Amino acid sequence: MQPFRIHTGLVAPLDRANVDTDAIIPKQFLKSIKRSGFGPNLFDAWRYTDRGEPGMDPATRRPNPDFVLNQARYQGASILLARQNFGCGSSREHAPWALADYGFRALIAPSYADIFFNNCFKNGLLPIVLAGREVDRLFADVAVFPGYTLTIDLERQSVVTADGSLAYAFEVDPFRKRCLLNGWDDIGLTLQHADEIRAFEARRLHDQPWLA
Amino acid sequence: MAARMGAESDRHGQVKRPRQSGRRDPVESAYDHRRRAQRRRAMSGRTLYDKLWDSHVVREEGDGTALVYIDRHLVHEVTSPQAYEGLRLAGRKPWRAGSIVATADHNTPTTHWDEGIRDPISRTQVETLDANIAAFGAKAYFPFRDRRQGIVHVIGPESGATLPGMTVVCGDSHTSTHGAFAALAFGIGTSEVEHVLATQCLLMKKAKSMQIRVDGTLPRGVTAKDLVLSIIGRIGTAGGTGHAIEFAGEAVRALSMEGRMTMCNMAIEAGARAGMVGVDDTTIDYLKGRPFAPAGAIWQRAVEHWRSLASDPGAAFDTTHVFDASTMRPQVTWGTSPEMVVSIEDRVPDPDRERNAERREGIVRALEYMGLAPNVPMTDIHIDKVFIGSCTNSRIEDLREAAGVVRGRHIAASVKLAMVVPGSGLVKAQAEAEGLDRTFRDAGFEWREPGCSMCLAMNDDRLEPGERCASTSNRNFEGRQGAGGRTHLVSPAMAAAAAIAGHFVDVRRLC
Repeated sequence: MQPFRIHTGLVAPLDRANVDTDAIIPKQFLKSIKRSGFGPNLFDAWRYTDRGEPGMDPATRRPNPDFVLNQARYQGASILLARQNFGCGSSREHAPWALADYGFRALIAPSYADIFFNNCFKNGLLPIVLAGREVDRLFADVAVFPGYTLTIDLERQSVVTADGSLAYAFEVDPFRKRCLLNGWDDIGLTLQHADEIRAFEARRLHDQPWLA
Repeated sequence: MAARMGAESDRHGQVKRPRQSGRRDPVESAYDHRRRAQRRRAMSGRTLYDKLWDSHVVREEGDGTALVYIDRHLVHEVTSPQAYEGLRLAGRKPWRAGSIVATADHNTPTTHWDEGIRDPISRTQVETLDANIAAFGAKAYFPFRDRRQGIVHVIGPESGATLPGMTVVCGDSHTSTHGAFAALAFGIGTSEVEHVLATQCLLMKKAKSMQIRVDGTLPRGVTAKDLVLSIIGRIGTAGGTGHAIEFAGEAVRALSMEGRMTMCNMAIEAGARAGMVGVDDTTIDYLKGRPFAPAGAIWQRAVEHWRSLASDPGAAFDTTHVFDASTMRPQVTWGTSPEMVVSIEDRVPDPDRERNAERREGIVRALEYMGLAPNVPMTDIHIDKVFIGSCTNSRIEDLREAAGVVRGRHIAASVKLAMVVPGSGLVKAQAEAEGLDRTFRDAGFEWREPGCSMCLAMNDDRLEPGERCASTSNRNFEGRQGAGGRTHLVSPAMAAAAAIAGHFVDVRRLC
């Protein structure tokens, strides 16, 4: 996994609540057996006016000029500003894969759905929780200042504007922070405890043989 | 509704906000929370969730991160290929192949099985699962066209592969369904699928506990689906975020296992990864004689253990909601989120009456997508298609309920397509043995092969842009049943009644 330490990037605002993972990456693109290549179909139904199907050349698609990510000022954005309950619905990890493949490194929202939140950390994508009023302020500022960037420092747990005028602190689970800072593979960490797992399993299957 | 924080951030018993100064150490707060929780449990007994959690913790770190053992791993074709690929690349093998029960359900067609899977991309995905199971093994695999194939959340319980006291995971958010058996069951992403394959464990923190208690008796014509939709309408789609929900109370006790599965299935639509119901006679009676359920002397031992899997009297929950079943009415969603729901006696909401700007904007957007005007009676909404199926409502009881409404009637001429997709090959066979297929066919329904079908429209079953559907599935998100499609979530009885009338109708007037 790609480590996340400090990231400075352009912010794009997606101003709607309860954005579900079906909207982030529609079902027809879930037929892929790969982890990569989902970026061109991120927010497909909102982003294009034609109907997206797997295998289409993105160059031939008709972008929806009203959709925020298609606006010139947000090209190259790597931080997505969103509203509450972002990533609700389906557990599809294709959603964080699509966000990361598009170029996003971090998300900022007042809240996320549990499974999506979890999936982000497995893919080097940092989902930051800020208070509703802080998110409101960021939405307002992004709208006013073209080229609005933020610097996210995971070690310090801070989000800071380019001129340093605004700085927010955020919470992050210490274990996940450590994994993300170092780009650690969870499976490798868990397998360090293989003997304990084996002992637990043997005891469990002995006591409750119907579980075997 | 108060803004919710992310999953891990608010699992420490209280909402923590970053402060300008004196920010609390999260490690210490987690520790404090655990100590408080332990004291509370010692005083007042344990919840079902406490019992399930405690019995699966292999080890725990100082910050509350636990290594949790997984008993049952359900696998399907959409969220597993990348996990098996990761396993292969790392030179690993499944830790315990005997924990895996697999099937192909999301991509499989519901017609012309003799022709195989025509869509080459879908076919590749299903064949990839065939190959992965062949290479790595499983306790059971019900491939495409097997008579026991079906939706993963239908075949787990019906085969007895889901048992009380288990941890059950699957790369699918509706894994919460299996909590109906007093299992700790929840959906995971593909990275976690790989983690479970490789280690038989997951790294996680304990969620908060929520009790949803439903007192009283459901009126005639009002089902588990109406009950859970109504609850989601009240607590919202983020109401259960960060929580494991236990459904309890007289009305839940009175539900069949099918009804309890419908409720737990939709816990995720209330934001909770896991929903659950304690063990009682209904649970035990359902499990007896299932192929993978224990038998003989071991059955007796198992039952004795399972009887302990309920919350202790007086166990304390982090959050409790209480509902009165007797006030419940049949529900219909009007918008693009399961919380956008009203009773059949109500009207489409008017955004002008919503004071909260964000919610008002949400209503306006949803009505525009749904092609609905404010204040229209729900019974005036006409439909194009009807879908009876999905992991929420495709079990035998659901089909009986719908058949009871359509028997001796015919679908309205204006309905383009009404289809019944049984949840599994065994549900289909049972329904055919009872003559339900004839009832549906005589009424003008199509009787299909099992699978996820038009719940998420990964196969050929989908809505065309602008088409309106009465659906027994679980999500009415934009484009969920096909780009531009308009989904109204209802119970099987309400879907059947809408098929007959051509518009939504109060099923209590038909039965």
